[in-house]
Amino acid sequence: MSAPFVLPASPHATPLAVQIRGARLAFGGVPLFSDLDFQLEAGRWTCLLGPSGIGKSTLLRLIAGLTPTGTGTISAGDGAGLEGRIAWMAQDDLLLPWLDVLGNVTLGARLRQGRAAPGLIELAHVLLRRVGLGHRANERPATLSGGERQRAALVRTLIEDRPIVLMDEPFSALDAITRWRLQAEAASLLRGRTVLLVTHDPREALRLGHRIFIMSGTPARLEAAPCPPGEPLRRPDDETFRRIEAALLGRLVAADSERQPGAGGP
Amino acid sequence: MITRAFVTFAGLIAAWQVLVWATALPIYMLPGPVQTAAALVDRYDIILWHGAVTALEIVLGLVFGTIIGSGSALLLMRFRQARRWLLPMLLVSQAIPVFAIAPLLVLWLGYGLASKVAMATLIIFFPVAATFYDGLRRTHPGWLDLARTMQASPWATLRHIRLPAALPALASGLRVAAGVAPIGAVIGEWVGSSAGLGYLMLQANARLQTDLMFAALFVLALLGVALYFAVDFGLRRLLPWLPDTRHATDME
Repeated sequence: MSAPFVLPASPHATPLAVQIRGARLAFGGVPLFSDLDFQLEAGRWTCLLGPSGIGKSTLLRLIAGLTPTGTGTISAGDGAGLEGRIAWMAQDDLLLPWLDVLGNVTLGARLRQGRAAPGLIELAHVLLRRVGLGHRANERPATLSGGERQRAALVRTLIEDRPIVLMDEPFSALDAITRWRLQAEAASLLRGRTVLLVTHDPREALRLGHRIFIMSGTPARLEAAPCPPGEPLRRPDDETFRRIEAALLGRLVAADSERQPGAGGP
Repeated sequence: MITRAFVTFAGLIAAWQVLVWATALPIYMLPGPVQTAAALVDRYDIILWHGAVTALEIVLGLVFGTIIGSGSALLLMRFRQARRWLLPMLLVSQAIPVFAIAPLLVLWLGYGLASKVAMATLIIFFPVAATFYDGLRRTHPGWLDLARTMQASPWATLRHIRLPAALPALASGLRVAAGVAPIGAVIGEWVGSSAGLGYLMLQANARLQTDLMFAALFVLALLGVALYFAVDFGLRRLLPWLPDTRHATDME
């Protein structure tokens, strides 16, 4: 594997933390969560685990500014808002079928300035080569495999060059081997950025997270979960990792049973 | 494909000939394929001339109908006021049959080309506007979310995401439009004109030159089919990214 790639001339020399205070969001009068306080540490990966339907994605979308009804104070570590400082990556790669891979990864620049500058296109080629898509730059997404599509989405996220990256189960639709590789690529390519990763896979959180939170209950609350020692990318083959993984899985199943009492425990 | 078209064509001609023999109607009631072909050859100069007039009306109607139709769809999408004022008008315009206003259009725009082009435009405008507007509204919400996190302006989102995403829907509208376009032109010619295949058919009918009428009808049908395939071919070239999955669900 080559050395960690750093985007040239990134404007965010110092990583940004994110503060969420009093976050509240209700669906049909029933609060999904309320008075939620949460912090993303600067330049680190925060992983958010929880049973499905608990509101993980909704919380991420609230931070991304994609929920019209949610309330709460969300600010960056320097006190300013998050406008223009986040990049978003979803489970669906959201590649536009009429653009080739190069057009897709430079979409942000085209949306803001109407065109992608030559320097940006050059950077796109470098990054596409880095994730093994160098030869697919001029192909349409329909010809790509699921893993290749998600790699293109990762490059599109990187090219936005934002200090904060919000990832909503970006690897969960991939096969095990592709997921394993993409986790490593994302960890290396997003080094130094503040990342929030929503996932339902405890192993993914333990492998990638500096900090791990579990979301559970109605309205949902956040609880810190233990992290294995050492820096990410962690290997899942040592004793501590496996012990924590088993404990984490138990807590998630318990949280899920609490949510759906009929579903049965472990 | 060519063989299939040929077999279909030959089959239809044969059925027609059988009908002529079976009914034994006089030639001024039902001419056979041979008489029609003879009329086509004998009178090819006037058929060609009137056919060219009708073709021009249809093509101009298609161009104007597409421009006005897609323009209206974009206005409806972009401005709430346009939705409130234009949408009811759009629906009312379809409640009035084109047949009913054809005499008015001839009265206002004259016996020449303008009234026929207006008629064809009116008929084409609605399928184009309706399908394109539908397509513009049904953009994948994930793409719109992505554009928002990229700080795209509403115009940029329309231009780079909603519009290309709606092109397949617009293509469906254009195919329908290509199919109905000849109706507008021919109605216009029937109501009042001095040229065109509709005019030629009316004249031939009045003089009991039914074979000439059939020849004109044949050319009109040919024109319609050619127009449809030209539009279809053009759209396939313009939207190569569009998946065509009909073969995947074919029942053999």
